[in-house]
Amino acid sequence: MPATEFTPLASLAGGALIGASAVLLLLVSGRIAGISGIVRRLFPPYGGNAPLEAAAFLGGLIAAPLIWTFVTAESVRQTVTPSISLALVAGLLVGAGVFAARGCTSGHGVCGLSRLSRRSIAATATFMATAAVTVYIVRHVVGGWPWA
Amino acid sequence: MGVIGALAAGLLFGIGLILSGMIDPAKVQNFLDIAGAWDPSLAFVMAGAIGIAAPGFWLVRKRAAPLDGTSFHVPPANAPIDRRLIAGAAVFGIGWGLAGFCPGPALASLPLAAPATVVFVAAMVAAIAASALLQSRK
Repeated sequence: MPATEFTPLASLAGGALIGASAVLLLLVSGRIAGISGIVRRLFPPYGGNAPLEAAAFLGGLIAAPLIWTFVTAESVRQTVTPSISLALVAGLLVGAGVFAARGCTSGHGVCGLSRLSRRSIAATATFMATAAVTVYIVRHVVGGWPWA
Repeated sequence: MGVIGALAAGLLFGIGLILSGMIDPAKVQNFLDIAGAWDPSLAFVMAGAIGIAAPGFWLVRKRAAPLDGTSFHVPPANAPIDRRLIAGAAVFGIGWGLAGFCPGPALASLPLAAPATVVFVAAMVAAIAASALLQSRK
């Protein structure tokens, strides 16, 4: 895995945009900008879940790299795992986990901490800890994902 | 109104993920890797996000209702912590650590079309949809 550049100013500014997005969504429609909850709203049972609004949010989210590249003429830099089996396992764990926990990095980590929700503080401490332990084991104990 | 606002919020969120570097799984994993090539940038993402959202939420919640005239869909801040919350967060963290992707950055990465991103998102969305279906049948 490559070393990455420490980017405090860009990260602070990008974080501020994420915070502004959460404030905008709460102001406009009274909803928490939690990505896992917004994905959940695409699927039945709908109740009062406003699936069209959820789809619009995700449409904006997915359009972001296209608009970024169009405006800045820079490509989006990222290094994604080459392993399909790792992506499959990780995607299933993330999906099942965020459904049970009713939130992820955005819903619990950003929005929940911002309103001092007890559940979100507990969830964030838990997923940060298991994620750090997982990275430690994979990188420093096992020495990488052992399957293709 | 609600749809346009949600679209704008989603776009703003995605631009924030790109500008902050949170869209890069290598950066996320390096943040989590305190024993290795540690990159503390993501602490600044959290600080920037909470620095805006905490006072912003406080101001918005002074209103009687959101702009679309519905009500606030916000769970109480003192709801009890249960085993399902902790177990779910623990499982989510393992997946997050493995791939360096949480739901937002993974979805925003779809147009970049890395094969593993497409597989990750398909598996994640399938797990959320299946969980919702199972829960609704109980």
